[in-house]
Amino acid sequence: MAKSITQEFVKGLWAEIPPFRLVLGLCPVLAVTKTVENGIGMGLATTFVLVCSNILVSMLRSVIPPKIRIACFIIIIATFVTVVELLMQAFTYPLFLKLGIFIPLIVVNCIVLGRAEAFAFKNSVVPSTADGFGIGVGFTLSLAAIGLVRELIGTGALFGVSIFGAGYQPFAFMVEAPGAFICLGLMLCIMNLVGNK
Amino acid sequence: MGDYIVLAISCIFVNNILLAQFLGNCPFLGTSKKMETATGMAMAVVFVLVLAGIITWLTNAFILKPFNLEYLRTISFILVIASLVQFVEMFLKKSMPALYAGLGIFLPLITTNCAVMGACLINIKEDYTFIETVISSFSYAVGFGLALILFAGVRERILLARVPKPLQDTSIGLITAGIIAMAFFAFKGMV
Repeated sequence: MAKSITQEFVKGLWAEIPPFRLVLGLCPVLAVTKTVENGIGMGLATTFVLVCSNILVSMLRSVIPPKIRIACFIIIIATFVTVVELLMQAFTYPLFLKLGIFIPLIVVNCIVLGRAEAFAFKNSVVPSTADGFGIGVGFTLSLAAIGLVRELIGTGALFGVSIFGAGYQPFAFMVEAPGAFICLGLMLCIMNLVGNK
Repeated sequence: MGDYIVLAISCIFVNNILLAQFLGNCPFLGTSKKMETATGMAMAVVFVLVLAGIITWLTNAFILKPFNLEYLRTISFILVIASLVQFVEMFLKKSMPALYAGLGIFLPLITTNCAVMGACLINIKEDYTFIETVISSFSYAVGFGLALILFAGVRERILLARVPKPLQDTSIGLITAGIIAMAFFAFKGMV
């Protein structure tokens, strides 16, 4: 084991932060970041699935036959997605309604499957947990950041509280579909500018 | 009949699966660098999405609903789609090698294409009848193909342009997609 657990965790926060560095799992990133709250909710749900599936995949990695590993990963991930779905339905129903079909769609989020394949299948339980948690937190932070920009510019408010005052004319374009693409593209550009120095 | 045409138009343009519903963005950015791959992907999606829409609708109506197993929808749909893709791949390889050569490498990618799974879930959520499901699945797939091919056309031109370094690749791709989404945005309110 070359890297310590902290290193596995930290790499998810900057060096491999999804979706900026690993351009995977863009659909939820674009669709649910109209507000910060939705972004964080989606991020936490994905983190839960990511950590649980990483743990289970790394525990079972000597049992799973390599030839059918992808099918096994998908079943494991789908199980945890169902768990999240039922939990959110029971405890955070309004958020569940807002996120809609993007909760079941965590199944096909490439980040989760990608981490199972690229990391958990080759490493033991503890580093896999750290990896899943790191990538999950990174994903949540990214979603929150995009949500912050879009909500602030698009509605002039955060968490429903007005920030710019009543005189601000909301730039509604940012909370609509085209704004999502352009906002993410510009943020990626800023990341590149900062990261390549 | 008129209702079906309205449904088709709304699925292709107004609720375009890529640019308005944000489903299937990974292959959208991944396979749009060349016109050839974009066309291949678009055809594969049309093919699989219609079949997947029909089969998941049948699964939901005849297996999940009668036994009150709706909470197993996610897991059963992903399994149905994954095995369908595998089956289609084997079938095409055996009986239509020409079509397989065109679609071949794109088929496995479709399992994790959220446009397919997403469209199937929307069909169930909207309580579509069987015929409506067929029409909406086909129209969603056509909308996906239309947006993908348009985008690939623009992207091929960008290759010739001088893009500032930090904006290169994905970044400019997303901004381009935003501008195309703006064009589709104009259809809103039409239906």
